[in-house]
Amino acid sequence: MARKFTPKVLTANDLLEGDVIYMTADGTWVRAHEQAELIEDETIAEMRMLTAQGQQDRIVGPYLADATMGPNGPEPTHFREVFRTKGPSNYFMGKQADSANAE
Amino acid sequence: MYTYTDFDEAFVRERCKQFRGQVERRLDGSLTEEEFRPLRLMNGLYLQLHAYMLRIAVPYGTLRADQMRQFAMIADKWDKGYGHFTTRQNLQLNWPKLKDIPDILDALADVQMHAIQTSGNTIRNVTVDHFAGASADEFEDPRPTAELIRQWSTDHPEFQFLPRKFKIAVTGASTDRAVIRAHDIGLEMAEKDGQPGYRVLVGGGLGRTPMIGQEIRDFLPKADLLPYLEAIVSTYNVLGRRDNKYKARIKITVFENGIDTYRTLTEEEFQRTRAKFSGVDQEILADIETQFALPPLKDSDASALEAAIAVDPMLGRWVARNTATHKHDTHAIVTISLKEHGKTPGDATSAQMRVMADLAEKYGYNELRVSHEQNIILPHVAKSDLPAVFTALSKAGLATANAGLTSDIIACPGMDYCALATARAIPVAEKIALRVKELDLEDEIGLMKIKISGCINACGHHHVGHIGILGLDRAGVENYQITLGGDGTEHAAIGQRAGPGFAYDEVVPAVERLLKAYLEQRDSAEETFLDAYRRLGADPFKEALYGEASQTAA
Repeated sequence: MARKFTPKVLTANDLLEGDVIYMTADGTWVRAHEQAELIEDETIAEMRMLTAQGQQDRIVGPYLADATMGPNGPEPTHFREVFRTKGPSNYFMGKQADSANAE
Repeated sequence: MYTYTDFDEAFVRERCKQFRGQVERRLDGSLTEEEFRPLRLMNGLYLQLHAYMLRIAVPYGTLRADQMRQFAMIADKWDKGYGHFTTRQNLQLNWPKLKDIPDILDALADVQMHAIQTSGNTIRNVTVDHFAGASADEFEDPRPTAELIRQWSTDHPEFQFLPRKFKIAVTGASTDRAVIRAHDIGLEMAEKDGQPGYRVLVGGGLGRTPMIGQEIRDFLPKADLLPYLEAIVSTYNVLGRRDNKYKARIKITVFENGIDTYRTLTEEEFQRTRAKFSGVDQEILADIETQFALPPLKDSDASALEAAIAVDPMLGRWVARNTATHKHDTHAIVTISLKEHGKTPGDATSAQMRVMADLAEKYGYNELRVSHEQNIILPHVAKSDLPAVFTALSKAGLATANAGLTSDIIACPGMDYCALATARAIPVAEKIALRVKELDLEDEIGLMKIKISGCINACGHHHVGHIGILGLDRAGVENYQITLGGDGTEHAAIGQRAGPGFAYDEVVPAVERLLKAYLEQRDSAEETFLDAYRRLGADPFKEALYGEASQTAA
């Protein structure tokens, strides 16, 4: 029997920058996890993957990652995905620094 | 040191040009990622967790001041102002942009460097003893051999698509500082009846199935090196498994077929390969050897050093810890620690790179080495210059006197950078180093090798750490297994797993308990942790980790 589908976000790395990106409900790419679409239906997940795979000229390595809804939008559930939303823990670099600059 | 020939120069420039075209075609959509990936990996370009990563080859860990300075320039111009020196004696940049890679490769080529074969299923950067050409216990400099292997293996048409990556290490000293027993091929320079040659080991490796290399030839005459290596790798290329990535390394091939069968097949192949070599390789080697001659060393008065130490105990401590015995007693080998307590093992800022380059130029005969233990070496420094070197390093945060001590930890990038990692390694290393500093136990503990990997691939060499730490993902939580008794030297041993793993917050206290148990149980200050472990067995250390109950439960 197929396993129950758990909510996901679609994520990849940006081809040019190499940084972590997420897909929104309208099929565009954003840098912030909470702006991603939380996909709760397996059929939609498959369709989003097909869309992403058709965007080889701007993204690399799309995959679906487990997520859950939080107060500000989807949040990662696995620590690997948490690291991807922040950057390394040894330096204040990557997304954590980018979002600090943006504020 | 080796200087590029016109052939080398043309080859590297041509490769830069090809890769520039490949990047352009990837960016304009004519190459898919699937098509581009093997091309970028051939040129050392990975896509990691947060960004691209470029792995730059430092052939056999040897570089000049201008090359180190160019690293600093590249780190400032195209990255975030620092670099990470690795256990393959390479340099990794963690934040380059795809569009900049061709310019970076051009800038590397300007100083005779490249990133070729730092990834992919090819023969990787050959590593050697980081004290090569300098150490008192060395009988022959392994670098000419490594350079010959580099020339032979670079773009070798038969070996661009091996079943898996392939790593070779060479040593020419009685102490194995190059971990040759954990390599696909380990070469030990040797002599028989007055003739130079090699003892050849095969089938070592770490990763998920750690194995110690076995002897395939007790003595190989020097002139037979390349045909014999070609025979070993050809045999592997045909026999090695391609059905399962995890069983594709030569250690599995040797293990599954047995060393005797592997030797027989290699020797048969060797009869064919030897006939193809005309001897021109030995002419090339003879020329390479002249380029690695020891520089004419200046006179040095060691009494000046003694006088300086008499008034500066910090200098004395650093000289005692971070210098090694040079083959000329007027000189010393300096280990520049990239392990300041609480900092990332192996990282250097661009400013630190420039300081190291300047010191190499001013006091070190223009030579630097990258050690597999993620430090930088100045192989030849006059003893009378050590105070000046120490002062300059101190100002740059590079004079931590901890070479070979508990905080001199190898750690892979782990989940802070690596897409393959299952847990973090760097913060664990940082926290252990800070803790032993706080306890002020390092000098008392003495020689200690802690090695940390953030996944089972073992880039952090945890299997050969006296204390090895392996970070895993256990049900969505970081968990750390501890192994004990590993050894990467000529007495190589694979560490044994102590028991159940520890949570992220528990691993530093667990290591602390091990260190204290050792101090309590050693028979003298001369008995190292590893010696004590070998004498006492695992039980007292398991007890320190898990309490007395573990003894009956285990």
